[in-house]
Amino acid sequence: MATATTNLGEAGAGPVQRLGEQVFEAIAEIGDMAHFTALTFTWLVRKRPNPGVLTPNFYAIGVSSVPVVWITGTFIGMVLAVQAHSQFALMGLETRLGSVINISLVKELGPVLAATMLAGRVGSSMSAELGTMRVTEQIDALVALGTNPVHYLVVPRFLACFLLIPLLTLMADFMGVIGGAVVSTQLMGVDSFAYWQHSREYVGGLDLFAGVFKSYFFGGAIALISCHRGFNSRAGAEGVGRAATEAFVYSFIAILFLDFTIGIAWNSVYNAIWPQTANLL
Amino acid sequence: MSWGYETDAAAEDAVDESPAAKAARLAAMTSDAPIIWIDNLSIQFRRQCVLRDVTIKIHRGETVCVIGESGCGKTVLLKLMIALLRPTAGRVVFDGLDLAKLSRHDLNETRLRFGFVFQMAALFDSLTIYDNIAFGPRQHNRCTGPELKRLVADRLQEVGLPLGLEQKKPAELSGGQRKRVGLARALALNPEVMLYDEPTTGLDPIMSDVINELILQTRRVKKTTGVVVTHDLKTVSKVAERVIMLYPLGRLKPGEPQVIYDGPPAEMHDHPDGRVRQFVRGEAGERLRELASQRES
Repeated sequence: MATATTNLGEAGAGPVQRLGEQVFEAIAEIGDMAHFTALTFTWLVRKRPNPGVLTPNFYAIGVSSVPVVWITGTFIGMVLAVQAHSQFALMGLETRLGSVINISLVKELGPVLAATMLAGRVGSSMSAELGTMRVTEQIDALVALGTNPVHYLVVPRFLACFLLIPLLTLMADFMGVIGGAVVSTQLMGVDSFAYWQHSREYVGGLDLFAGVFKSYFFGGAIALISCHRGFNSRAGAEGVGRAATEAFVYSFIAILFLDFTIGIAWNSVYNAIWPQTANLL
Repeated sequence: MSWGYETDAAAEDAVDESPAAKAARLAAMTSDAPIIWIDNLSIQFRRQCVLRDVTIKIHRGETVCVIGESGCGKTVLLKLMIALLRPTAGRVVFDGLDLAKLSRHDLNETRLRFGFVFQMAALFDSLTIYDNIAFGPRQHNRCTGPELKRLVADRLQEVGLPLGLEQKKPAELSGGQRKRVGLARALALNPEVMLYDEPTTGLDPIMSDVINELILQTRRVKKTTGVVVTHDLKTVSKVAERVIMLYPLGRLKPGEPQVIYDGPPAEMHDHPDGRVRQFVRGEAGERLRELASQRES
């Protein structure tokens, strides 16, 4: 029957209809993502993942990300020192460099950059891997063998991202602090004692916790978005490539959005608890 | 050629079936309730309807080949049988169970009664051949340790692959070897029904014949029901006891059924429906005229 295969969305559809279709598709996509997230959480509590499946994911996502996060953290700390030094020197506040560099690193740059590197390195790779599994029918094969693909493929990746990103964030923070300190005190000639003294005064454990707390959300979002894009990959090299790109772009947007909303929420809570110190930083 | 069935308890049955035994088996099949009943089934992807009001019965023990042009919905039909896809309308009944009404657990248990050999084998890239074959038994705690090792070795031997292959990754195998590992993996859970999706596509004629022999051996030794989706008429003539031909929905006239042939393979060549004869003979005549008229319009 010819009418059965006619794609009404292509020929003869007006711009309003096309816009309507795109809106419906976007809503359906959000609904699908919510369903996928719910399924992941359901399987997370329903059945413990096999350690044989967890270990390779923890290695690929955590251990293999160490070098790139290490390098990123170090250079961000160094760049911050270089850029901020000239401005602070004009005002004679070079010794305050440590506080600015370190608070920026532990509250914002460390978590966001560690998450961005994870999204770029691991998110795209997860999406491409699952996308390839989708188009080569490996996910169908899992189902045919009586295995739930969300439990087998998504839950271990989610756990690895969720649990290991705080450690990567701490490492990025540490390397950034070291990088900033080395450039400031060894290259720019800032007094080492004053540098660390001011750092200690302005950066507390709560600031460090704020960054690490955010990173849990970043890790969860990266895993869910990347796996979802991979599961919904279209056929062919183009489809898998697009899924990998979308995984990174959507993860990055999610990181920025979460950073903003968690930042607001965190400040609100902070201001409510310590109103007298709220404007110090 | 030895397929290593000597290792199986059913090895003594692995002899050519006599005509009388085959006739008795076929008679028993048709008298039984179907093991798979596709009941008035339709499926639509977005706006594209692929199958419409298709009804097919597959009896226990028979091997049915599903043929038809590319895009007519053969693979979709196969995936519907194991509930990898959900029908838009109609139902799939397996051994009296409506798959749509089963709980998640029961559906999974039911799926284990099927073995699915995918078109490109669909072996898990990240696992070794051993782990691929052991995947099903391991996931469902059917066996472990030395018993699992023996099972993998037996399955590899059954499909005519050497034991040295088990530590290799799928990427290191040839197309024929991958297909045979796919078959070994599907057989690891001792399924009642084997579903083959274009098992000989992309293989040389010799390897195609090897796969055809394996399908026959599997039926004979394991007593499985088989559904084979194929374009390969040599496979049809060798393994099919019944042939079902589907026609692309987009090219049917209103009211025409999508199953245009359902019968023994021998009668296809002289079937009154020209579409069946054309497909069997590989004649593109009418299709070429359609393409020419599409170009003109």
